[in-house]
Parts: sequence; structure tokens; C-alpha cells
Amino acid sequence: MRKRPPLPAGSEWSVEAIAAYDAEIGRVAAGYRLDGYRHQIEIISAEQMMDAYASIGMPVYYNHWSFGKHFLATENRYRRGQMGLAYEIVINSDPCIAYLMDENTLPMQALVIAHAAYGHNSFFKGNHLFKQWTSADAIIDYLVFARHYIAECEERHGVEAVERILDACHALLNVGVDRYKRSPKLSLSKETLRQKEREAYLQAQVNDLWRTLPPHLERAERHEEERFPPEPEENLLYFIEKNAPLLEPWQREVVRIVRKIGQYFYPQRQTQVMNEGWACFWHYTLLNTLYDEGALSDGFMLEFLQSHTNVVYQPPYHSPWYSGINPYALGFAMWRDLRRICETPDAEDRAWFPEIAGSDWRETFEFAMQNFKDESFIAQYLSPRLMREFRLFTVLDDDSRDKLEVEAIHDESGYRALRRQLAEQYDLGSREPNLQVWNVDLRGDRSLTLRHFPHQRRPLGDSHLAVLEHLACLWGFTVRIEEQTADGQGRLIAERKCEKRRRTGT
Amino acid sequence: MTVRIVDRRFDSKNKSSVNRSRFIRRFKGQIRKAVAEAIGKRGIRDIERGEKIGIPGGDIAEPQFTHGPGGVRRSVNPGNDRFSTGDRIDRPPGAAGGQGGSGQASPEGESLDDFVFTLTRDEFLDIFFDELALPNLVKRQLARIDEYKRVRAGYTQSGVPTNINLGRTMRGAAGRRIAVGGPHAAQLRALEAELRELRETRPEDDPEVVRLRREIARLRARLEAIPFIDTFDLRYNNRIRVPQPTTQAVMFCLLDVSGSMDEARKSIAKRFFMLLYLFLNRNYEHIEVVFIRHHTVASEVDEEDFFTSRESGGTVVSSALELMRRIVAERFPSSLWNIYGAQASDGDNWNDDSPRCRELIESSILPCCQYFAYIEITEGEPQNLWREYEKLQAAHPGRFAMQRIGTPADIYPVFRDLFRQRLPEVS
Repeated sequence: MRKRPPLPAGSEWSVEAIAAYDAEIGRVAAGYRLDGYRHQIEIISAEQMMDAYASIGMPVYYNHWSFGKHFLATENRYRRGQMGLAYEIVINSDPCIAYLMDENTLPMQALVIAHAAYGHNSFFKGNHLFKQWTSADAIIDYLVFARHYIAECEERHGVEAVERILDACHALLNVGVDRYKRSPKLSLSKETLRQKEREAYLQAQVNDLWRTLPPHLERAERHEEERFPPEPEENLLYFIEKNAPLLEPWQREVVRIVRKIGQYFYPQRQTQVMNEGWACFWHYTLLNTLYDEGALSDGFMLEFLQSHTNVVYQPPYHSPWYSGINPYALGFAMWRDLRRICETPDAEDRAWFPEIAGSDWRETFEFAMQNFKDESFIAQYLSPRLMREFRLFTVLDDDSRDKLEVEAIHDESGYRALRRQLAEQYDLGSREPNLQVWNVDLRGDRSLTLRHFPHQRRPLGDSHLAVLEHLACLWGFTVRIEEQTADGQGRLIAERKCEKRRRTGT
Repeated sequence: MTVRIVDRRFDSKNKSSVNRSRFIRRFKGQIRKAVAEAIGKRGIRDIERGEKIGIPGGDIAEPQFTHGPGGVRRSVNPGNDRFSTGDRIDRPPGAAGGQGGSGQASPEGESLDDFVFTLTRDEFLDIFFDELALPNLVKRQLARIDEYKRVRAGYTQSGVPTNINLGRTMRGAAGRRIAVGGPHAAQLRALEAELRELRETRPEDDPEVVRLRREIARLRARLEAIPFIDTFDLRYNNRIRVPQPTTQAVMFCLLDVSGSMDEARKSIAKRFFMLLYLFLNRNYEHIEVVFIRHHTVASEVDEEDFFTSRESGGTVVSSALELMRRIVAERFPSSLWNIYGAQASDGDNWNDDSPRCRELIESSILPCCQYFAYIEITEGEPQNLWREYEKLQAAHPGRFAMQRIGTPADIYPVFRDLFRQRLPEVS
């Protein structure tokens, strides 16, 4: 291999050194045909990092007390030294923005560049979920629009009124996404143009609920099946935005903003293992390639490897530090394993992965990166060897039995069960309760009924009462939650009466 | 192609400050309670630091729909070291299908479920002042850090119109006019004398006279062209910031620790001392605090003992005053120190001791003291100590203040006179 001139050493970084590292890492990444958006590196202080942290990493965001709470929590942990700040924050936009914190050493900066500006960046550009759900060129514009709009509402209607709506929306955030539909593109100009139009139109639509035609007395028996909406709706925020009778136009728009931004972050939650693993794999591979070429010093590599191993460490289940499976560890191991299956497959790999064993690893990587999410990625590519390495086992906790049971371990009979189980663990649909809008009593008290479809008999957590409170605030009339029982009937589990008849706005 | 690197470190900081203040506004009730607890724990001299505050996590939770415990769960875990398929295990204690977090207390006494964060100095003082019902002006004065005072320092050639010094400016202008016009004026005088001489012998239309007149007219025009006032004549009053004169003060805290002073009363006393300290800290560079506690005998103690220990038995107030007098005489000559006294008590005293207290204060403490404040924390009838002190207040208004206190909000009036006296000076 051709020897290259060494890159700047030492732990102090300078802008020139960062540029030199970026150029070299970029050259190696291009050698691996890694394709990302153009990127921009921004150097920020620890305090700014905490600012960014508090608003889910976005450079612009509307104001809300909960972000202040996150900021204070982060600050406190950081000051106490309980937590190193995130090495990196990367923004899925075009150009992709990677933040470097000025307190980091030069090797750390190089690690972050490889991890964020090349690893995450290429994932954002390639993965189908991000392609579908997020438009990288429009998100910042949309956030600017959201910030202005909400600030304007605060001026006009008071901070408290806006805060009430935002609180309620945040409470419904994880039942406010379309899980299966495709999302339309966002753009600032379109958004602003259409907003007024939408306001007027929506209000007209909603007024249907207010129709006060004389009741048809002749039709005595009402059909149980006549429900509104005719099909259950999974996206609560969407339903509220379109149908809540008492919301004013600006309140609908706020609901929409929260919903849109929540939807934008949905792919991140669906691809955590893949995305983090991908980025770890690439910083590891890119920097090792540079080291092999002679561009990096041993001291650099030692510091890099120490950070790297800290990040991808998986404590065993009985360790005091154990808090579930580390997505970085699992993701990194899976991508490494995938490369191994392609390059040096053994008999087991050929039996389990006949279609990829011995194939070109870069092509397999691109395919896997583009077309999967965590759930399907694990179901497809978790190999028996990795299960043995992680020494995985599943535990069944059934509250109707008095003992836990080990259902499967890393052996021949357990591989498939383990893999299926681990994949299911990353299915957001089974991690979060499945609640849908079941019915609105259009002819009666306009009450809204949600139905909870329990998964594996799991009940709703206690917080549902607080969330119901927020929902009632948005809906304006009585809201209740039913639970679907085994025979398909609804069993009432919570109700929040609301007899507000105040007609506001319209 | 080189990458774009932007240094944002000097861009706007505190992007989250709006969110932060909203958080504090929203949970003011809980935070105030936590601040009250924190005040109990911290020292008087630490009042100006920020503070780590814990408020109950449940109050600020952001609820979402979640799964509750129960039902069927399967979890995949790493690091199997002993299990094989079909093993049955007991449920780990405390954990019902997840982490069972039931508020364990950590060694520092803050519950693990608490949401802990740090208030800045300003935020802390804000809430502290809120409790004491301080008027806004006073709050600003106390919270402001100004070690500098603007004083006049001569004149400058640049400034704002309001600062123009007319006298100086006009004097400069006159000087300039004399200096610039001087040679011409002398020449003019010479020419005029010559003209007068010529006119005695020659007619008006003599060419020499005409020439002289023309010359004179030219010089006049030149003199008139000199501006009456020019921009570089302008002089402005100059003010510069100089550090406040560094002075030192000593603050005596006198606390009754007899059996009748319970924790609630001590806490009010502590706030009283804190406020005095804060006020003094604005005005003096260096402050010493002396803690004297007393029941029947007085002793000088450190801050910790001052607030924590509790004695029983009777009360002889004069013992503390006597000790204060002695300490002043030994360590704090009044020529070098500004002396402040603050006394807190529930008003109990031996009957025949109270006149002695008044006498002590009047004869030996007030003469060397800037200010002496007494608060009586009680709901009962005033007793003889209060009566004696009332006489003092009448005789020394502005230097002796007293107040009966039921809640922290009653503390401020004690300082009202003091502030009124100081405010014009500070601003």
C-alpha cells in the first residue's frame, strides 16, 4: 500500500488540521463509493452543544418549556461530569451539517467527521425511510416557518394559550404519526402559501360537526356500525387537526406543525440500530484505512480506539450498567458481520445467507442500508454467529405465571426464535401502545372514543390519564378510552368528561 | 473541493434561555419550595451563588401513552452465562417486567426521582427576593453587580450633545478667535491709524486713501470670516468609571438560641441575616461576619453551630451585646470598619436585663455602629425588651430599626430606612 504523508498529530485542533482530516477522510470515503449530501462542519462551544441538544439537535426550533427542562437536565449532568456531551450532532439536511464541539481533541474531531459527516450523512441520503419521510432540503425552512408562526401566535394569543396546545400536542406525539402512509414534501413557500387557504377550508369542514338540522325522529333505531370516522384512524394528531370542533384556525396550525415535525423524526426512531451501527462501521473503517496508509499516528489510533470501544461496548445482562441492548454495539457488530459474511463466509453463513455469502460487500451494504429499517434489518441479517457472540437469550415474562422462563438461547434450536424476538423488540408498533380513533358521537354529545388494542395483554400505563386530560383540552368535549377485549367489544377504561359548550372563534 | 468549516462559537449563545425561563416560570411554585429548602441548607455568605435545585419529577413529567406493567413480555438480553432453554427463574425483586423505580433516596438526600438542575445566581436571587416581597427598585439594586462608579474626569473633544460644557467651549472659541485673528487685527489697527493720519492732509478721493480703505475692508472681511465657534472648540464633560472606594464592613449576627426559638423562627432569622449580608455586599468590598449566639451566656461560634445547635434555659440578651462590644473593641476599630448589628430573638428576656440592653446599645454600640436592626419573631404580646427598644428607636431614627415578624415578607420593612438612605447614592 502506498505510504501517504502523515496528517497533523497532537491533540490540539486547528481549522487547517480539521480541513486536512476532512479532505483525507473524504478521499478514502470516495474510494469506498460512500455517497452522502454535501456537508458543512460547524464548530460550536459546549454550551451551544447543550442548546442544540435541548431542541433535539435542530438549529432552529420553536420555544417551549420542555426544551428548557431538557437543557437544564443536560447541563446539570454535564457539569457534574456524569455525561460527556454527545460527540456529535448531525442534522439531516442538505447540505448536511455536522457539529464539532470545541472542547474535543483532534482525534475526536476526526472521529466525529468520519462518523457524522460521512457515516450518518450517507445513511440519511440512502435509506428509503429518510427518502420517503424527510426532505433534507426543506426541513430547516420548515422549522423557521414553525418558529415564526408559533412566536406570532404567542404574541397574538398569549404564551400560556399556545403552551397549552403545545403541551397537549407533545403528549400525543407518538400517536401522531402516519406509520404506513407516505408523506408529502415540505417546503417553506408552499407551506406559507397554503396555510391561509387551509385555515379557511378546514374551518368550513369542521362546521359539519355543528350542523343543527332537526333530528330525524322517524329513524328510531340507529345502526351501531355508523361510526365516524368510518375506518379507525391511527394518527390522533391528524384526526384532531382535521376534525376537532372547537379548535381555532391557529390552533389547528400549531397541531399541524407539531405533527409534521414529529413525523420528520419518526424514521430516526425506526432506524436507530442501523443508522448508528452504519456510522460506527464507517468511522471505524475509514480511520483504519487511513492508518493502514500510514497517515495516522499510533497515538491517534489509541485515543480513537478507546472512544470507539466505549461507544460500542455491550454490558452483559447482570452488569450494573446494563440498560438493554446498546444500539451502537448491535448495529456496529451487525454491519461488521455482514461484511465478513460477504468476504469470508463459512459453511454456516452459506446455509443461512445463500444469496449474500461471497457477494460484493459494498453492493450488499448499499442494498441493506437503503431498503430496511431496524426491525426488518435484524430479521434479515442477524447471524447465528453474532447471536453466539452476544450470548443472547430471551426471557418470557407472563404475569399469569409466577416465574420467568428462558424461551430461547443461542443454540441451534433457538436462533430463529431469538432473531424473530429481537426484531420484534425494534418494532415501534409493538413497543408503543396501539391506540386508534374509534368513534365520534356525532349525533349526541360529540364525545371522542379511542380504542386501545392491547398487544400481548399489555395494559396502558398510568400516564394515560394525564394524556387523556390533554386530549380533552384539544377535543373540547368528553373523551374516553376503551380497550378491545378478546371478543371484539370495547371495555371502558378511562373517561374525561368535558361539557364545555363555549363557542370560540368561529 | 474543500469542505466548508464554520466557526459558530461566537454566535448567539443561550439559545435556550427563553425555554429555560419558561420552564422556571411554569414551575415557580415547586422551585420556590425547593429554594426555601436550599436557603435552609446554605451559608449566609453563599447567598450569591447559583443553586442546585431538585423538584419532584412527577410534576414536570411529559406524559405519553405507554405500556403499563403486566401482560406478556419477551425481552432479548445479552451475556448469557448460565441459562439454557426452558429454565425457570424467579422474578428479580422489585422489577415487575421492567425497571421498578420506586423513589430510592440517594445519600445526598435528594430523591432519585427528583428532577435536579442548577439555577443561576440571578434566577436564585429572583426567587429569593420574591419571597421577601422586595420592591423592584431594591431588587435591581441588589442583583446588580456594579463595582464601578462614574465620576467626572475633565473634558474631552468628543461626546454627546447633552454633555457639552458651554463655558469651556466658549472659552476655547474665544481663544481661537484671538489667536487666528490676532495678526490681522494688529495690521488693521495700524492701517486705521495710518488712514486717520492721511485723512488729516489728503482728500477722500486721494488714491492712497482709497487703497488704504480697500485694504481695511479686505482685512475686516478676513476677520469676519473667522467662525465664532468651530467644531474643534467643542468640549464635553468627561465621565469615567472608577472602582467604588473599597471599604470594609463587619456584620454581627446576634441570635437567641434559647429553647423557645424553634426551627421555623431560626429560618426566618436566617433570611433576615442573609438579606442584610446581601445589602452590605453591594456597598462594601470586604465583609466579615461575626456570629454570636446566646441564651444566658453568649459565645462566638461559626456559622454551622450558629444555626444548628439548640440550647435550653433562660435568656440574657445583654450577654450577647456585651460580647459584641468586646469584639468590636478588640478586633474592629470603628475608624477602619463599618459596623452593622443584626439581632434576632423571640423577645424573651429577664425582666431586669432589658434596661441594661438598652443602655448598652445606646452608650457603647450605637456610637460606633452604622446601623443596628432588631427583629422579634413572635406572635405574642411585646415584652419588656421590645418596650425598651422602642425608646431607642425614638431616640435614634435611621440608625436603629426594629420590626416584629410573622412571615418572611415582614423582614423587608426593617431595611426600608436603610435602603432609602442609600439608594440615591448608589444610582
